[in-house]
Amino acid sequence: MSTETVDSPPSGRIERDRPSRQRALTRIAARPGLILATVFAALFVLAALAPGALTRTDPMALDLGHSLAAPSLAHPFGTDEQGRDLFARVVHGTRLSLGIGLGAAAVSLALAVVLGSVASLGPRWLRAVVSRLIEIQFAFPTLLLALLLVAITGPSAVTQVFAVAIGTAPGYARMIRGQILQAKGSAYVEAALALGHPQGAIVRRHVLPNAVRPLVSVFAMSIGQSIVWASSLAFLGLGVAPPSPEWGALLDAGRLYIVHAPWLTVVPGLVIVVLAVVATTLGNHLRLALERGER
Amino acid sequence: MSLFVDSSTPASPAGAPAAVPTPVDPHGPLLTVSGLNVGFVPSGRGAGRSPKPVVKDVSLQLRKGRCLALVGESGSGKSVTARTLVGLPGTGAVVEAQELRFAGTELTGLGEREWRSLRGARIGFVLQDALVSLDPLRSVGSEIEEALASHGWGTARSRAARAVELLDAVGVPEPARRAKQRPGELSGGQRQRALIASAVALEPELLIADEPTTALDVTVQAQVLGLFGELKAKGTSLLLISHDLSVVAQLADDIAVMQGGVIVEQGPAERILGAPEHPYTRRLLAAVPGAHTRGRRLSDAPLPSTAAWSERRASDAANAGTGVVLEASGLRKDFRTPSGLVHRAVDGVSFRLGRGRTLGIVGESGSGKSTTARMVLGLTEPDAGEVRLAGQRFSGVPERSRRAARHALGVVQQDPLSSFDPRWNVRRILRDALPKGVSRVEATRRVDELLQLVALPASVADRFPLALSGGQRQRVSIARALAAEPEVIVLDEAVSALDVSVQAQVLDLLVFLRGELGLSYLFISHDLGVISHLCDDVLVMKDGRVVETGSVEDIFERPQHPYTIELIGAEASSHRTAIGSQDHLDTAENQDPTA
Repeated sequence: MSTETVDSPPSGRIERDRPSRQRALTRIAARPGLILATVFAALFVLAALAPGALTRTDPMALDLGHSLAAPSLAHPFGTDEQGRDLFARVVHGTRLSLGIGLGAAAVSLALAVVLGSVASLGPRWLRAVVSRLIEIQFAFPTLLLALLLVAITGPSAVTQVFAVAIGTAPGYARMIRGQILQAKGSAYVEAALALGHPQGAIVRRHVLPNAVRPLVSVFAMSIGQSIVWASSLAFLGLGVAPPSPEWGALLDAGRLYIVHAPWLTVVPGLVIVVLAVVATTLGNHLRLALERGER
Repeated sequence: MSLFVDSSTPASPAGAPAAVPTPVDPHGPLLTVSGLNVGFVPSGRGAGRSPKPVVKDVSLQLRKGRCLALVGESGSGKSVTARTLVGLPGTGAVVEAQELRFAGTELTGLGEREWRSLRGARIGFVLQDALVSLDPLRSVGSEIEEALASHGWGTARSRAARAVELLDAVGVPEPARRAKQRPGELSGGQRQRALIASAVALEPELLIADEPTTALDVTVQAQVLGLFGELKAKGTSLLLISHDLSVVAQLADDIAVMQGGVIVEQGPAERILGAPEHPYTRRLLAAVPGAHTRGRRLSDAPLPSTAAWSERRASDAANAGTGVVLEASGLRKDFRTPSGLVHRAVDGVSFRLGRGRTLGIVGESGSGKSTTARMVLGLTEPDAGEVRLAGQRFSGVPERSRRAARHALGVVQQDPLSSFDPRWNVRRILRDALPKGVSRVEATRRVDELLQLVALPASVADRFPLALSGGQRQRVSIARALAAEPEVIVLDEAVSALDVSVQAQVLDLLVFLRGELGLSYLFISHDLGVISHLCDDVLVMKDGRVVETGSVEDIFERPQHPYTIELIGAEASSHRTAIGSQDHLDTAENQDPTA
C-alpha cells in the first residue's frame, strides 16, 4: 500500500481503456459510415479530376430521339429534354460544383480567420469595429447579400464563390473570435507571459494553434454547406446558368419537367445531399480523431 | 425556536413507506450496514464483464443523534457508499449487502417508489457543491417548497412560510428576501445553508452530507459545522463524508477511515484521531499541516536528488546573501463592474519578501489575494503603487523591459492542468520554460534534471498533462517554475486542490527545494494549516486590505485584528482539540533535512 495508490494518474481510464475499449468501439461503430463516406469522396474526387474515367458519353451531345428518357441501362440517370445523358452531365458537373464549394469554403474560412483574429487580437478600437461588423453581417440575410453581389457583377461561378463565402464567413468569424478569446484568457497563456515569452510568440505558439485546431473539421463540414448554398444560388439563376452541368444549374433546368421527368431534379438533388453528408461525416471523423490526438 | 423537533408541524409523508417499519429498539442503531459491496459494470462494449469493485465489504453502524464520519481521499469509495445509502449509487452500479437496514427497514431491493418516500423525508442528503445542486433558474425558497411538496407536506401557503422558517433556522440572514432569490444571488455559504435547509425540511432522522464544507471559506465552514452540531444535538443522526480531518474532528463521534473501497480502521473519534492503529490512518493524520508540523516532513515519500542541480546553483546561493528580493508598496487595483460601479479589489497592499523566506497571504475568496499575486507577476498593472523585484522596478514599466527580469519570478498556478497548453507534452512544456539560448542537447539534459528535481520519473517527459495525476501535474508545474532558475516563486493556492497525502508530498517538496535552492516563496492560500506549516511571515487580507501582518508565530498565537482572531478561531479549534501534536510518523526518519 504505497502512497501511489492515492495519487495514481488517470492512466487507467485515458491511456489503457481508451485505445482498447472506447477507440475500438468508435472504430467499429463508425466504420461503415466512414468507409462509405470515403468511397463516395473518392468517387467525387475522381469525377472532378478525370470525368472521362467514369463515363465516355459527352455531356453536351444532343439526342433528341431519346429526350426525357427514364433511367435505364443505357442512361443510368435518364436523359434531359434534349436527350443529353444525365449521368454524364452529373459526372462532368462535379468539377465545377466541387470547385465552387471548395473555393467558397476556403474563401469563407480565410475571411473568417482574418476577421476573427482582428476582432480578438487587434487594437481595442479595431476589435470593437470588426466585432460589430461581423454581427451586422451575421444578421444580414445571406441570400439578400448574394442578390446584391449578383446585381453588381452579374451571375457567374466567381460570383457564386464570393456570395457564398461572404454569406457564411461571419458565422465562422464569430467562432474563431470566441476560440481566440478563450485561448487568450487561458491559464497557459498567462503562464507563458509569466515565463517572459514575447506576445507575438505566444499568439503564434499557443493562441492560434489552439484556436484553429477545432476549425479543421469545421472546414470539412463547411464544404458540404457551401455546395448546398452554391447550388441554391445556381438554382435561382444567380450563378452558373443552365446549359452548364453544374448541379444547381441541373436542378434549375430540370425544374420545368418535374412532373414528367422527376429524375432530372431528384438525381442532382440527391447527389448534392450525398456530397453534403459525405463532407460532414468526414469532418466529424476528423474532429473525433483530433480530439483523440489531444489526449 | 426549535424548528427541527417542532412536533406541531406534521412531517409524515403522504405516501407512507411501502415497507412498514418493524418496531425499532430505541437504543439500537438507526442505520446498519454490513458487508456492503458496490461495483460498477463497465459501460458500452465492456458490458457483460464482471463489475469493477469500488466499495468492498463495508460495515457501519450509526445510532440516533450520533455522527459517523467516513474519511478518505478521492477514489476511496466514500461518496459511492454515501450515495448507495440514499439509493443513488449511479448508473451501472451493482449493489450487494448482507444487511442494509435503516430504522428497521431493509433497504436492499427497494424499488424507486419506496426510495423516493424515504429520500428527503427520512434520509436527507446534502451534496458538496450547492451551486451545481441547486437549480439556477429557481428561487431557493421554491427549491425547499418542492422538497416539502414532493412528500405531500402542507399547502402551498404553509410550504412557503415553512421555507422561510427553515432558511431562518439554518442562519440565512433576511430569510424572507433570500427565499425569493436565485442561487446565483446568494453567497457560497448561503447557498450551502439553503441546500441544507431543503435537506432537513422534513426533519429526516438521518442526514447524509457529502463533503458539505469543502467549497466554503473557513469562517463559513465553521458556521455550517455549527449548524450540523445543532442538528445533531436535536437528535438527527449524521453521516458525514469528508477528506478533511479537521472538519471531521469537530463533529464526529465515530470515524471510519476508507482506502481503496475498504474500511481500514473504524472506532470512536478520540481513539482514531489520538491513537490511530492502521498505518494509513497514521499517515493521513501526519499529513495534515499546521503550526505543530513546522520543520517536519508530512509524508514519507522519497525526496529528490539535487546533485546535478546544486552544482550550478551553488555559486548563486553563495553570493545571494540576504536582503529583500521582492517588494510591493501601496498596491491598488480597481475593477469596473458591468453596472459601472468601481470595485476596489486591492487597496494599499505593501510587503517585503526576504531572500530565502516564505511570505504567506491568507484570505477568503474575494479578499484580493489572487489579484495581488497577478500584480506581483506583472500580469495585471496596478492602478497605484509599485512592485520591485531584486531592487528593480517590475511594475509600471513596458513589457519589453520587464521581460528580461521575468526569469527571476516563477509561478505555480492553482489548477495545473489548465496552465499547460493541451497540445504539448511535459518535455515541450519544460523545454519552453528554459532560459533562451539553451542548446537542444543541453535542453534535453535539463528537462531530465528538472523532473528529477521534483521527484518525477523521466518517463513523464513524453506524457501529456491530461494523463498525469493531480500530484504529478503540480510537480510538473513546479518544475516549470524552476526551469528559468528563479529567485522567487509565487504559489497561488498551489496545493489547495490536492488530496491531503498528495498535498503533504508537494509541501515536503516545496520545503526541500526552498532549502536546497535558496528560493523565496510568496505563498497564497486560504488554508491556515498549510500557511502555518510553510510560511515565515503572514499577511492577512480582507476585502482588498491587509488587516494584519507579522511573523507566523505572532499571527497564529497573538492575533490582534478581530478578523484574524475569527479566522484562526474558526480553523484552530479543531486542530487543538483533536489532531493535537502527536508524532504520527516516526520522527527519527522524518526530520526535515533542511531544518
